Amino acid sequence: MNIEKNTASKNRIIENIFSKFFFLSAIISIMSLVIIIIFVFAKGIPAIIEIGLMDFIFGKLWRPSSNDFGILPMILGSIYATIGALLIGVPIGILTAIYMSEIASKQIRKMIIPMVELLAGIPSVIYGFFGLIVIVPLIDQIAGNGGNSLLAAMIILGIMILPTIINISDTSLRAVPKEYRENSIALGASKMQTIFGVVLPAAKSGVLTAVVLGIGRAIGETMAVILVAGNSPQIPISIFDRFRSMTANIAIEMGYAFGLHQEALFATGVVLFVFIIILNLGLNLFIRKASD
Amino acid sequence: MIKLLLKNFKERVIYCLIIFSTLVTVGILLWIFIFIVKNGIMHLNLKFLLSNYSGDETGIFPMIINTLIVIASTIIIAVPIGVSTAIYLTEYAENGRIILVVRFAVELLAGIPSIIYGLFGMVLFVTILNFNWSILSGTLTLGIMILPVIIRTTEEALISVPKEYREGSLSLGVSKIRTIIKVVLPSAKSGILTGIILAMGRVSGETAAVYLTVGMVPRIAKGFLESGRTLSVHMYLLAKEGISFEEAYATATVLLLITLILNQIVKVVSRNEGN
Repeated sequence: MNIEKNTASKNRIIENIFSKFFFLSAIISIMSLVIIIIFVFAKGIPAIIEIGLMDFIFGKLWRPSSNDFGILPMILGSIYATIGALLIGVPIGILTAIYMSEIASKQIRKMIIPMVELLAGIPSVIYGFFGLIVIVPLIDQIAGNGGNSLLAAMIILGIMILPTIINISDTSLRAVPKEYRENSIALGASKMQTIFGVVLPAAKSGVLTAVVLGIGRAIGETMAVILVAGNSPQIPISIFDRFRSMTANIAIEMGYAFGLHQEALFATGVVLFVFIIILNLGLNLFIRKASD
Repeated sequence: MIKLLLKNFKERVIYCLIIFSTLVTVGILLWIFIFIVKNGIMHLNLKFLLSNYSGDETGIFPMIINTLIVIASTIIIAVPIGVSTAIYLTEYAENGRIILVVRFAVELLAGIPSIIYGLFGMVLFVTILNFNWSILSGTLTLGIMILPVIIRTTEEALISVPKEYREGSLSLGVSKIRTIIKVVLPSAKSGILTGIILAMGRVSGETAAVYLTVGMVPRIAKGFLESGRTLSVHMYLLAKEGISFEEAYATATVLLLITLILNQIVKVVSRNEGN
């Protein structure tokens, strides 16, 4: 009797210890997020205050040696490159997903899936190297500008966001109930009308999620962009101009920066971070609204 | 009649666009693979793989070892925490608000660009805690970075374990924790393993965060407080500085082979799940 009681209370203690441990592990994610925000912001905000928010964000000149810290060229560069990546990656990605979920036979689908997975697994530095060796010379042949350009970054980023767009679009297309398709066909709509008039609209929140995650991947990409962008800190006027992204600004100069210069790089990180947070909050709001 | 033909024509065009897009996706993958492997395989030999990177030697042996060290130590740190978090979320949490906050944090962590992780690791681990550019700084940074991958895949795997398994075990008088360890986790193991392998892929391919926290000394790191260049960082430096395209092609081939192998392992693991 006593022994039974003992094991019971021992069990309860073990149970308790484990549940505390699981709880603490769960808290680590929250803590990590909080300390990442605190440390990056604590290091970046003082620089923004010293330089002045307006001068920092809207300043067109980045010349650390003479204390000019304007990151407008980098902000615009990142935005342009991301828009270009979307123009390339989103249509190709969604159409590929449509092929996989609506048209392809089971066997062909089975052949394409691992390829998309492989595309997702290729390290970004490889994409950058491929861009540098293949895309940049191609652009140079056409435009005679050396090749390092906004266009090169758009193409590489467009390729890099493909797997994200395809995977999530495919999942949401397949989640559309079969009846939708059957009813549409029964009403005399053609296959294409069904896909674009019924199935795709029904999957739109998933497709939008795919696009937003694609934006996140494109705007946050660093090494692949550095290798093809040319990295001059000036506002690109055409897609054949060299440019520098916010991420490249940080990675290129972090190695030798100190003092205000280094803090300004962290401040660049803060601006990038704010972009990402806005993107995520917007997506969350949208999904909540869509599910209501 | 003409209308019908036009409609048919439009349908055809759209259909062709769909096929074209799919061919582009598949074509790009094949192009990247074939182009890099074709140019890299010639320079890929045992000497390249097994010699050091100093003096006349241009081997990548130290980078391979450093990459393995970083992968192993990151996995060792992140997997217990990630799996425990998923267990908490699926098996224990009753407070909906905590679940919501944890999920939101995980989602945001997944969305943070690696360069930001690098900045964070550089301030906290490299500078403030004075670990310098080292395996340790990199491991801690990357450990946080891969948490979302592990948490999500484990959570999915745990959710897909049938309720009856738990109920059956609990009704036999087995305690909750034993049920989780003996029944739930083993049924979810291939899902969890998939998450771990995906995380390994993420770590082996990571450059920006590693560059800012582990540094780029091209020697085998002899301790956790030493810097050591990984394969991806090496690849980046070779391409960026234009040091040697032969070496760059060969290193890229090695990285692609690693990606290919990890992908194959995922496939085998998830096929076992089906059986």
